[in-house]
Amino acid sequence: MTGMCQLLPGQGQIEAVGERCVLIRLGDKADLQTNQVVQAVTAQVERSGIAGIVEVVPSFTSVAVHFDPMAFDADGDPPTVLLARLLQRALQQDIPLAEDTGRVIEVPACYGGEFGPDLEEVAAHCGLTCDEVVALHCNSPLRVYTFYFAPGNPFSGPLDPRLNIGRRKSPRIKVEVGSVAIANGLSSIYAATSPGGWNVIARTPWNLFDLRSDPPNRLRLGDRLKFKPISAEQYRQLLEPR
Amino acid sequence: MPFMKIERAGLFSQIQDLGRTGHQKIGVSVNGPMDEWSHRLANAIVGNADDCAVLECTFSGPRAAFTEDTVVALCGARMQVTIDGRRVPLNCALYVRRGAVLDIGRRIDGARIYLAVRGGFATPRVLGSRSTNSRAGFGGYDGRILRAGDEVPVADARRGDAPLRLEKYGVQSGLPFVAARPVAAVPPAAPEGRVRFIAGPQWAAFTQDAQADFVSRRYLVSPQSDRMGLRLKGEALTLQRPLEIVSEATVFGTVQVPPDGLPIVLMADRQSSGGYPKIGYVAGADLPRLAQLQPNDTLGFQPISQAEAETLWRAFVRKLAAAREAAALALSANPLSHGPAA
Repeated sequence: MTGMCQLLPGQGQIEAVGERCVLIRLGDKADLQTNQVVQAVTAQVERSGIAGIVEVVPSFTSVAVHFDPMAFDADGDPPTVLLARLLQRALQQDIPLAEDTGRVIEVPACYGGEFGPDLEEVAAHCGLTCDEVVALHCNSPLRVYTFYFAPGNPFSGPLDPRLNIGRRKSPRIKVEVGSVAIANGLSSIYAATSPGGWNVIARTPWNLFDLRSDPPNRLRLGDRLKFKPISAEQYRQLLEPR
Repeated sequence: MPFMKIERAGLFSQIQDLGRTGHQKIGVSVNGPMDEWSHRLANAIVGNADDCAVLECTFSGPRAAFTEDTVVALCGARMQVTIDGRRVPLNCALYVRRGAVLDIGRRIDGARIYLAVRGGFATPRVLGSRSTNSRAGFGGYDGRILRAGDEVPVADARRGDAPLRLEKYGVQSGLPFVAARPVAAVPPAAPEGRVRFIAGPQWAAFTQDAQADFVSRRYLVSPQSDRMGLRLKGEALTLQRPLEIVSEATVFGTVQVPPDGLPIVLMADRQSSGGYPKIGYVAGADLPRLAQLQPNDTLGFQPISQAEAETLWRAFVRKLAAAREAAALALSANPLSHGPAA
């Protein structure tokens, strides 16, 4: 996918986040269209060469620009205002949509049972059978929107609207690494064992973050994930060291 | 390579440089020092670049010795520090003889003390930084806090440089340590017992009572606080109505309010994004003071404007630059003493 995009009126509002960061808001829903603009704007800001920018971090609906205020003159407007002005200028023009990585990644996942303890509850909540939940989760490729929570931990979407469920009422104290979980129209994979409140429906044997690889993150922004059901036996065979 | 041999590690002693930037995009936290002021000051005092790796010690520190003569500095929390049993001052360069035992003992005030060595600690860089990410288990020393028996490498890149007067004096003296002149450096003035903050994007979504409570009540630092966040106990802050917020980038100092209403100030080990309502952002210039709070300390929040916060930050950086100049002078001057009572 290539092409250009333009920010719509009301899109691209910039606000200060403390003294060393500004946030570019591009929407309020974690959906595909918004996220494509997020990734395009991220690339545009990285290309802009604006002095003082330390790091550009895309999220679902916004882009954070971390910067060093000392790169700006002391007199006149505060640095966040000066930076916002430069960013607005960089975003006024047509913005090339970020190159799709073109990658469709088939992610093996063992659904249900001990690996997907919430599968039945999700099915009951959505008025589906477990098999239907698995099929709906596997059928549509999910685009990687952003990473956070743990190194290499992806959040992807859009989920089929029939898999409509929020977070669990009581979060789990321990969710195993590799757990494939859904909530609020998104699908995530826990890249580290941690507490968590999402509905765990499967587990992947893959290691998503390995410092011996370059880059260490196995998945990339814009990748499309296609989950592939595997048996517990296959899970054990495919299990990667972490 | 020379190293520091750890006899006793202290509770949470870990290597931190200024942090691992550039990888939040793939979910890697920045880490870095909790108290950036003391971290930068300690590096300046031993003549290091700002981003050299330093040992951050929380609540207690190590007992350790160096395999080579080493110039060190200690900044931050007041703790009883001795070398071969004799008290040494903070905020000055110290020549420490090989084998002399540096002991960071009883804590008097504050939470975190920073030990810088001239040249910096030389643990391997991971994704461009030496900072410890203890949650993910990489960076620093084996990705973890120090333990007894660890041998923490110290850079010897300065072997070619002409020795400092402090070092020459130290070698000749035959003493276990020699102290340079102290560097008088205090962070910019701040209101007593309160940190300043800028209203966050969801400020207006809180009830008027919550807004009033936040700026007038005192909050207690919970013992569950850690490098990820300072958890506060006190008046719960209520939203006018529940909010679903899409996760977005967080910064050091973000004050987020989870559903229980008790604010959490995100600190150095914060995640790169978060989805709780944000009532404010603590002014960067006041973050070092937050980092020195201990469980059950109290604090309040004082509102300031965005422009004021930005001016404060500039003053903070300038104060650091002045401290760096004072440190350079102290390092090139004749040492004053060899072991005054602290």
